[in-house]
Amino acid sequence: MARYAREVAVVAFAQSDHLRRTDELSEVEMVMPVLHRVLAATGLKAGEIGFTCSGSSDYLAGRAFSFTMTLDGVGAWPPISESHVEMDGAWALYEAWVKIQTGEADTALVYSYGKSSPGSVRDVLTRQLDPYYVAPLWPDAVALAALQARALIDSGETDESALAAVGARSRDAAAANPHAQLRGPVPQGDYQVRPLRTGDCPPVGDGVAAVVLAAGDLARRLCERPAWITGIDHRIEAHSLGLRDLTDSPSTRLAAAHAGVFDAPVDTAELHAPFSSQEIVLRKALGLADDVTVNPSGGALAANPMMAAGLIRIGEAAARIHRGASRRVVAHATSGPCLQQNLVAVLEGDAR
Amino acid sequence: MTAAPPPEVLRAPLVVEFPFTRSLGPVQSAFLTGLRERTVLGVKTSDGKVMVPPVEYDPVTAEEIRELVEVAATGTVTTWAWNDRPRPQQPLDTPFAWVLVTLDGADTALLHALDAPGPDDVRTGMRVRVRWAAERTGAITDIACFEPCDDGPAGGEPVPHDGGFADAVTGIVAEARLDYVYSPGRAQTAYINALSERRTVGERCPSCHKVYVPPRGACPTCGVATTDQVEVGPAGTVTTYCIVNIKAKNLDIEVPYVYAHIALDGAGLALHGRIGGIPYDQVRMGLRVEPVWTEGGRYPDHYRPTGEPDADYDAYKELI
Repeated sequence: MARYAREVAVVAFAQSDHLRRTDELSEVEMVMPVLHRVLAATGLKAGEIGFTCSGSSDYLAGRAFSFTMTLDGVGAWPPISESHVEMDGAWALYEAWVKIQTGEADTALVYSYGKSSPGSVRDVLTRQLDPYYVAPLWPDAVALAALQARALIDSGETDESALAAVGARSRDAAAANPHAQLRGPVPQGDYQVRPLRTGDCPPVGDGVAAVVLAAGDLARRLCERPAWITGIDHRIEAHSLGLRDLTDSPSTRLAAAHAGVFDAPVDTAELHAPFSSQEIVLRKALGLADDVTVNPSGGALAANPMMAAGLIRIGEAAARIHRGASRRVVAHATSGPCLQQNLVAVLEGDAR
Repeated sequence: MTAAPPPEVLRAPLVVEFPFTRSLGPVQSAFLTGLRERTVLGVKTSDGKVMVPPVEYDPVTAEEIRELVEVAATGTVTTWAWNDRPRPQQPLDTPFAWVLVTLDGADTALLHALDAPGPDDVRTGMRVRVRWAAERTGAITDIACFEPCDDGPAGGEPVPHDGGFADAVTGIVAEARLDYVYSPGRAQTAYINALSERRTVGERCPSCHKVYVPPRGACPTCGVATTDQVEVGPAGTVTTYCIVNIKAKNLDIEVPYVYAHIALDGAGLALHGRIGGIPYDQVRMGLRVEPVWTEGGRYPDHYRPTGEPDADYDAYKELI
């Protein structure tokens, strides 16, 4: 635990049911119940939280500064200490963790949300690509993932039936997850962009996640079994896909090394792999042994609310420690095309 | 999620269009101008690798790189994905393959589309060549797509190129259009529906009892849902105002005019609206006003004086 200045733990996690559409709810109406649940789990009130950080994307909402609307659900008066990342909430959690490490706060509320239903998420995501050479071609997220899948198949690291098995295992695991969008068997279906079929792709949906972080003894008071963040790091690769070896994820491996993943075995991995092929890449990058339980929540193939799915991986990892189901978990979040940016955290329960 | 959803959720199309104007650095400018002239340029890193498409800084060392070379318009597919259903703004409107192509002379791959009859005609390692767009402007779309070819790899080293072209392209306009269907959610749907009956409804916070108009479903002070609906107005009080002297484009209102904060009777905060029916220099704090609806209007066109005596300052000072 001497790696960082302060001990910081995830002490509570809550998420919405992830649904294909939530037309009847504005973003704040969607977010607020989850914020209430995560705070209730700790007994803290909004005004007692030291720092609040959120993750979301204006491009999903189709309007500028959309995150300010959801601040109404936090209770931002009297004024709170608040920040936002235009990214997955896992990076909001990283910012909050840094804030606690600096001693500026002892607790943090981290939340993130995405409503993909108002637009076409495949088209929306093209706007995060290199605007000079790539975005004018409008290659969608499924197409880019399919290029990666083909590279993996050509390299002999997987085949279409192995990919199908990843999807099937994920949805099977999600049967026990009441929040997941796709639970149980899903037809492998037709090619979306060959070689990826429907079953290799994540559902499109709306959803919210929130966690509470706390430092040291406060974490012990707020939670019977705190999920200590014993390592966390994030790394990025060159944005040009043609520069990268798409069959590997050196940024994940580097982040994992800095987070201490390889210092001791993990029993569970929550991997943010929206496409079946990406789980193959991540397993290799993290060197996961065969006995590691991967995505017992169902992972992003069962529910992939944009901007929240990465934070959910950390939340699910923490929740397993909270209920004593895991001892040492690696949680991973990604952002950008073909696993461009990767965040890796190690969460551990107290030895007992 | 505490309230029952309204019987009919409002929906409306929302189109977001933005033409981002982007300037190009020297390397990008040479590359895109080159495409206009059917010349493909790459950039050489200090360890001798040729990057196509070129960048201005080495992705490994972050060193500035400027040494341009010309590479072939033929190359080899390094990975591909078959796209059966092209989306509207993609390069081809018939089924095609997305490909990463390493052009002869280059060490990195370029993403583009490959026009091929079907997925059985595409494989990693196949040879392809650039099909140039008929009209070229200095953009990545000057490459219309790739097409299969039988040529073997072009031999020889990439040729040094000074990057100089007449009338160089120095910027691009990146057009983008995204289509959404916007739903305002429960609270705002109720507000908009009431406006269609010329009523204004707010929502009361169960904790601090403030009435929010328009309601967004949450009390930003208490962070709880506001579900208790309250009809406010129609009349209200001007709490503060400004005089607008700038004529907005496409707005048929003579300047100067007054834009005011108006606390509708029963509301816990002021909304804003235009004041009409009174000379601009006679509007004052405390003025009592009421909404004026035009035929078919979906919200008040403006507010006009009711003729009542002005409100006492104490009656609205908390709402300024």
